[in-house]
Amino acid sequence: MQIKAGTKLFSAVCDTQIMVLRVPADDLDVTCGGLPMQTDEAAEKSLMSDDAGEGSLVGKRYVNEAETMEFLCTRGGKGNISVNGIALEIKQAKRLPSSD
Amino acid sequence: MNIHLILQMAADSMPDREAVICGCQRLTYQDLSYAVNSLADKLEGTQKLAYLAETGTAAPVAMFAAALRGIPYVPINYRLAEDQITSLLKRVSPALLISDDAPEVEGITKISPVQVFSPDTSWDGFAPDEEGNIAIELFTSGTTGDPKSAILRHDNLMAYILGTIEFMSAEESQSTLVSVPPYHIAGISAILSSVYAGRRMVQLPNFSPEAWLKLAKQENVSQAFLVPTMLQRIIEYTASNNETLDLPAMQAIAYGGGKMPHSVIEQAMTLMPHVNFTNAYGLTETSSTICLLDPDDHRDAFQSEDPAVRARLSSVGRPLPAVEVEIRDDYNAPCGAGDAGYVFVRGEQVSGEYHGSGSLLDENGWFPTRDRGYLDDAGYLFLDGRADDVIVRGGENISPGEIEDVLIEMSDIKDVAAVAVADDEWGEAVGVVIVPADMTTPPEIEAIKSHVKNQLRSSRVPTKVKFMEELPYNETGKLLRRVLRDVFST
Repeated sequence: MQIKAGTKLFSAVCDTQIMVLRVPADDLDVTCGGLPMQTDEAAEKSLMSDDAGEGSLVGKRYVNEAETMEFLCTRGGKGNISVNGIALEIKQAKRLPSSD
Repeated sequence: MNIHLILQMAADSMPDREAVICGCQRLTYQDLSYAVNSLADKLEGTQKLAYLAETGTAAPVAMFAAALRGIPYVPINYRLAEDQITSLLKRVSPALLISDDAPEVEGITKISPVQVFSPDTSWDGFAPDEEGNIAIELFTSGTTGDPKSAILRHDNLMAYILGTIEFMSAEESQSTLVSVPPYHIAGISAILSSVYAGRRMVQLPNFSPEAWLKLAKQENVSQAFLVPTMLQRIIEYTASNNETLDLPAMQAIAYGGGKMPHSVIEQAMTLMPHVNFTNAYGLTETSSTICLLDPDDHRDAFQSEDPAVRARLSSVGRPLPAVEVEIRDDYNAPCGAGDAGYVFVRGEQVSGEYHGSGSLLDENGWFPTRDRGYLDDAGYLFLDGRADDVIVRGGENISPGEIEDVLIEMSDIKDVAAVAVADDEWGEAVGVVIVPADMTTPPEIEAIKSHVKNQLRSSRVPTKVKFMEELPYNETGKLLRRVLRDVFST
């Protein structure tokens, strides 16, 4: 699937929602709990085909190892997010003091 | 990405947490979200949503409701004179205006801040996510001329929030005291940052040291943002009332919006050793903060014996991770460490764009802040006034700050400002306006001149000196140099 920054993706298996922050211009297979994520929320969720991992956490940013892609989890869920079969990792951001 | 997402995530993840408190009004994130959807329903066909009132719970509701409907939110300075407000409203028209008391202007429909909360119907649409959509239009303070309408797009503001705040990183017990006005960029970023962090906002509509201290204690406030004059007034108030600055719940105070006098921050750190101080430097056009002097920097500078490290207490710190800063000379070439020039900034949060005059970004995305300054060899940014305020005496650039820093050391001077005055020989020369510690015995003019001459050099010696009871500052502590220049030219 061709996706671009700003695209919202919904899990087909759980509550997970993500927002695309930055992606390369390639075709990407973004999955959650093993099934492809969709641009609309499905009325009924399917069963997870891959239940390994701890699920997605709201507010965390997910990246691939090379950090060529980044997603913001806007709603957490039980499914794990992967791209092209490889699980994404939580981006460790430097904690800044509050300035406002 | 639409800034409404911030509220949506907060309302989804922590619906029952308190979001905002003002007087006896207390709203949770869910309450806030309901109010936003209800106001959004009243915005059918509206092109802009303007806000002309003091800080209150209606301000965050208005900002997110405008975002939800994809229209610009335009908060306006309610302290301006009526003719100035009328002229700004004409520029904003047609719009819906939230205000109790505004002049009649064609195309402006009014509702009161209370009506914002009348729960009629709720709009259940989705926030539009078109690239380049305008979130906020802010009039700059106009200290150097007519107010300009700065444009902040959703993408600029979201880049700032995602780049600086971790979602829901605040403890449920934490709160922040918001005393900056709603039409100031710090008032906007306070809402966005607090909601994303899940930190309760305690709003103080009219700042006074007494009211600020009372509210901070009453609500066990853990964080605050102040402009330097506010911090100064709090310290002076407690000293003159023989009180101690007893705020055990306070964990962190951020300040910005103007130059912090060295003596004030040192006093504050001494009086409140348990508080983490952060200096934030930013502009309206950069979606708030671009540089930070963090609490460790403060302590290191405060304790250091190395003059270069100690001096950093007067700096605005280092750029945010996603922001670049560059200093350039008069010929647009980069300056080396320690060399003063013009401050340029680049990053996704930088808008640098105004209605009427378009984008001020150059072809590589750099924005000229019009501030002057230099970077030290460790990358700390020291500001040196506005480019427009530089006094050009016979081709030599003189920063008002260097003269002011020297004169404020004199014990009989309470406040001082240096501005350019017309000079037949040099084109421009230095004029100073002095606020004497005791108006009945102002310092001798010759003493003032010889002090500057001894500390600096003869080109810095003021040719004109005036005494005033106080200097003209605007409500966020910016010195109105334009007014002082007028004092000398009449």
